[in-house]
Amino acid sequence: MELVLLILVPLAFAILIALRPAQESKFHAVIGTLLAAGIGVNALGRFDWGSPASMQLAAAWDWLPAIGLRLSVGVDSVSMMLIALTLLLGPICVFCSFTAIQRQERTYYSWLLVLQAAMTGVFASRDIVMFYTCFEFTLVPMYVLISLFGSTNRKAAATKFFLYTFTGSVITLAGLIYIAWFNATQLESVGIETAGRWTFDIGALELAAQAMPANVQGWLLLAMMCGFAIKIPLFPVHTWLPLAHTEAPTAGSVVLAGVLLKLGTYGMFRFVLPFLPAAVVEHAPLIATLSIIGILYGGLICWVQTDVKKLVAYSSVAHLGFCILGLASLNTIGITGSILYMINHGLSTGALFLLIGMVYERYHTRSMKELGGLAAKMPVWATFMIFFTMASVGLPGLNGFISEFMCLLGAFQAGDAWGALPGGTGGDLGFWYALVAGLGMIIAAMYLLYMVGRVVWGPLVLPPGHDDHGHGDHSHGPLPTDLCEREIFVLLPLAILCLVLGLFPGPVIKALEPPVNNIVETIEAAGRRPASPGGAHAMATSERETAVADATAAGGDK
Amino acid sequence: MSEKLPLLIPEIIVFLTTCIVMVVGLSPNLAVRRSCGLLSAIGLVFAAIFAVNGPAGDGLLPAMTPYAKALIALVGVLLVLLVAGTVDREEDARVARGGVFDALRTNRAEFYSFILFSLTGAMLCASATDLIWLFLALELTSLPTYVLVTMSTRGTRSQEAGVKYFFLGALGAAVFLYGFALIYGGTGSTKFVDISAAIADHGMNPITLAGMILAIIGVSFKIAAVPMHFYTADVYQGAAAPVTAFLAFVPKTAGFLSLILLLAIVGWDHGSVIAAGHALPSELRLLLWVVAALTMTVGNVLALLQSSPKRMLAYSSIAHSGYMLVGLIAGPGAYGASISHNGIAAVLFYLAAYGLMNVGAFAALAGLERRGRDGRPVEIDSFDDLRGLCATHPMLGWTLVVCSLSLLGLPPLLGFFSKLTLFTSGIAAGEIVLVIVLGINSAVAAFYYLRLAGVAMLEDATDGPQPGLAPFPARAISGLIALVLVVSLSFFGNGLLNASRNAAVVEGSGVRAPGHTPQQPGQHADEHKDASDPAKDASTSVAQRVGA
Repeated sequence: MELVLLILVPLAFAILIALRPAQESKFHAVIGTLLAAGIGVNALGRFDWGSPASMQLAAAWDWLPAIGLRLSVGVDSVSMMLIALTLLLGPICVFCSFTAIQRQERTYYSWLLVLQAAMTGVFASRDIVMFYTCFEFTLVPMYVLISLFGSTNRKAAATKFFLYTFTGSVITLAGLIYIAWFNATQLESVGIETAGRWTFDIGALELAAQAMPANVQGWLLLAMMCGFAIKIPLFPVHTWLPLAHTEAPTAGSVVLAGVLLKLGTYGMFRFVLPFLPAAVVEHAPLIATLSIIGILYGGLICWVQTDVKKLVAYSSVAHLGFCILGLASLNTIGITGSILYMINHGLSTGALFLLIGMVYERYHTRSMKELGGLAAKMPVWATFMIFFTMASVGLPGLNGFISEFMCLLGAFQAGDAWGALPGGTGGDLGFWYALVAGLGMIIAAMYLLYMVGRVVWGPLVLPPGHDDHGHGDHSHGPLPTDLCEREIFVLLPLAILCLVLGLFPGPVIKALEPPVNNIVETIEAAGRRPASPGGAHAMATSERETAVADATAAGGDK
Repeated sequence: MSEKLPLLIPEIIVFLTTCIVMVVGLSPNLAVRRSCGLLSAIGLVFAAIFAVNGPAGDGLLPAMTPYAKALIALVGVLLVLLVAGTVDREEDARVARGGVFDALRTNRAEFYSFILFSLTGAMLCASATDLIWLFLALELTSLPTYVLVTMSTRGTRSQEAGVKYFFLGALGAAVFLYGFALIYGGTGSTKFVDISAAIADHGMNPITLAGMILAIIGVSFKIAAVPMHFYTADVYQGAAAPVTAFLAFVPKTAGFLSLILLLAIVGWDHGSVIAAGHALPSELRLLLWVVAALTMTVGNVLALLQSSPKRMLAYSSIAHSGYMLVGLIAGPGAYGASISHNGIAAVLFYLAAYGLMNVGAFAALAGLERRGRDGRPVEIDSFDDLRGLCATHPMLGWTLVVCSLSLLGLPPLLGFFSKLTLFTSGIAAGEIVLVIVLGINSAVAAFYYLRLAGVAMLEDATDGPQPGLAPFPARAISGLIALVLVVSLSFFGNGLLNASRNAAVVEGSGVRAPGHTPQQPGQHADEHKDASDPAKDASTSVAQRVGA
């Protein structure tokens, strides 16, 4: 029931906000998000961390049984943690908007809560159509938030965002329906319980999709990646992201970076990897290559940015590249690292957007040419800025490091070079992939430190019209020169989590591993070359190996 | 003939209502005259009740008849509410100012009776068992609409639209009548059952095929499919918004019902590599494939370019016809009963969903008006007039937003599920490429529907005189009912899905296929697993091999 409440409570409060006068909006939004967070804490407590791979807190109702639709929820540890991230960012987004949003507050807060409900729904759903419904429904609130509350070019950004993601996910839907059709009509005698009738249950379709021939899986991989790659965003289809980020209001950017991008990687984790193991094994090098191009290209673009927000936006392209690289390494350490990276990126990049938003509220500029040496004027802000930049760069001891390292290690171990050495898992990536991607870490350090060096340290530069001595400045409105308590209160939980996850990532990794192991087993069974002769092939049969070998040979001929 | 009468009770009820309305509309008493709309609505509700409880038809799709009649009658109720106040406004005002009532100058009686005639025609299409019947029913649907368009506003644009509509409609009728004649020439009968048997026994001869192609192209006029779509934008724009809503639903529904019946004559059981022999003859499939792909693409691309919401909705209605053609190509499927496999059921469901969303979207346009230069009320016809609608007129605004998002196919709204069933049936029939075209087109459609929703929801109202509410609450009520139905069917639409599944059972063609038994309404797909199906066996063995 918790999961359903987590979706319904924000929706109910969204309606309440829309119906009540605007003065009460903030209050109801705070209550709504905090209540959802409270339910979330309760759900975390009820979740059995002893068996994190099983689907817990499940509940299901018939929706439209004539076409096999159910409203079905359930979470494993991966979903649970991403839901926790969503619920944490909920109140933060509300608190950070108190002074930034001065008009149409009802619209703003109610759509923000709808957005939260939709994102929770994505992570909680166990039915493909429900997943898709929530996945698509995140677009409407985000579209409204960007096009009503964004900066100058907001209309174009919002439209581009909506159309880009909508187009991709329609193709994804076609792929998912194809699997449902395959399950309903083609699978009667394989012994899968749900075969032969229309269902959109994720667990059932997972088995059905795995039974598909490798070439069909390849096409489905293409179809699914159409939607997920755009959402992530993967290198050639990332162009909507910087625009959307720069134009979005602060809370919009936080949600976008913190959770919305994770819908794509979560989709890859939940659908692409376990559904299409044979195709994933075949195409992992391609996906990894694209992600590495994203890492390097995103990083290099960051280097030449003068707009701070755009810089952080492009850094998301680079960071999410690591995430995909970890997924594409197809071994436990890489995938676990990738999931951990989703959470860490949400915390640190979300915080960076908050910090940039706070400066923007004071000086109405994001240009590095007009900002400099802010440490002199805003020491508290500068402290947080440096802290979260370090977390984002991957300083050991903070959260970014461990997950980035795990992704790289995963890629490194997924290759022949490691061979039968301990930890080697076999696969088609390897040393060079890890090395080139590793360059991305250096580039990340360069652009982020360069940005910090200019904006935080250096000679004090303020945009024209602002008093250099920090007093009697009217354009700040109600805000003090440095951060107020509310802003510190917003940043503090993120900072604490960054530190805790950096120092003690063990329990989280331990909780994430069992579901990841299940997927890795599936992939190994689907025919990845084993690391050592006679490696575990839990589900493999000789037929399957023959089929996959045929497919590999066919792929090799191309 | 008398055995047909119970089948025609709904049409007879509507016809009797027409007769009453024709007299009542001429009453010198304004209140009595105004009751025309209400009387028509009551008549249609009764027709729907009798249709649902009445006997199944006796044609190739017996269960489709009651479903289609009830659908037409119920959406007809909303349309009748929507057209309130379209005619006679100035006449009523003149009489109210103390003028003498002149029965010759009032149009209300004709207007409502033409609407009811057209609805009767569409209902008759559903029960057609004969080519001549079908032709007459289609013409009964269309002829009143030519007049409706012309008399809907007092402007010259309506007259131009009416003339255009009439001439092109006559062209369309000539084409499909020629097609019907050739089908008769090729098979020796005008009865569907006999034609079907003749095709089954002797195959499609070239004359029958040519007749079928001409018939399909001719009927394409009614559904506004490429290449017979050219009239759409001008006619839809020229007519008053409520009449446009009528045009977008009633002739389209009649056209799709006719196409379903025509294709059911041929059957979807022709040997072909696609979908294991469950397909149309390859020539017809190719024709419909091209028409479907072109229709949705042309409709969507042209809708993108429009600056008038009515023209935009006109082109988008072309696109929706294209989507529905996918269901026709897919056919009732190998398993007969499950809606996920049944393209015909998907089309019937889509028609219901489209009818509701369409009424909702047009109700927002029809519910507003602004003062023209001469002080007369004129319709709104630009996106600027819709700006900030959610703030100024929340109910109309949200009706427009929800209905356009639903037309866009955004889950979890009704429009998404109607597209979903088209997707599943298309994939089940092996039309993967067409389904991808459909998907991409849905994304293109997102652009302009989003613009429509965004203008109403997000923009601030323009300075200067705002459009006001049209003084006809029935229009807003009709939109509100449509809104409530769209939202509630999104979550509780299972009954409608089941009804459309049961309605789309093809009798004739299933009998002839070896190893097939005619499917009874209500039977579930699972019960027919053992139907012989070579491709299924083949792919099952693949699945067995891979997944064992």
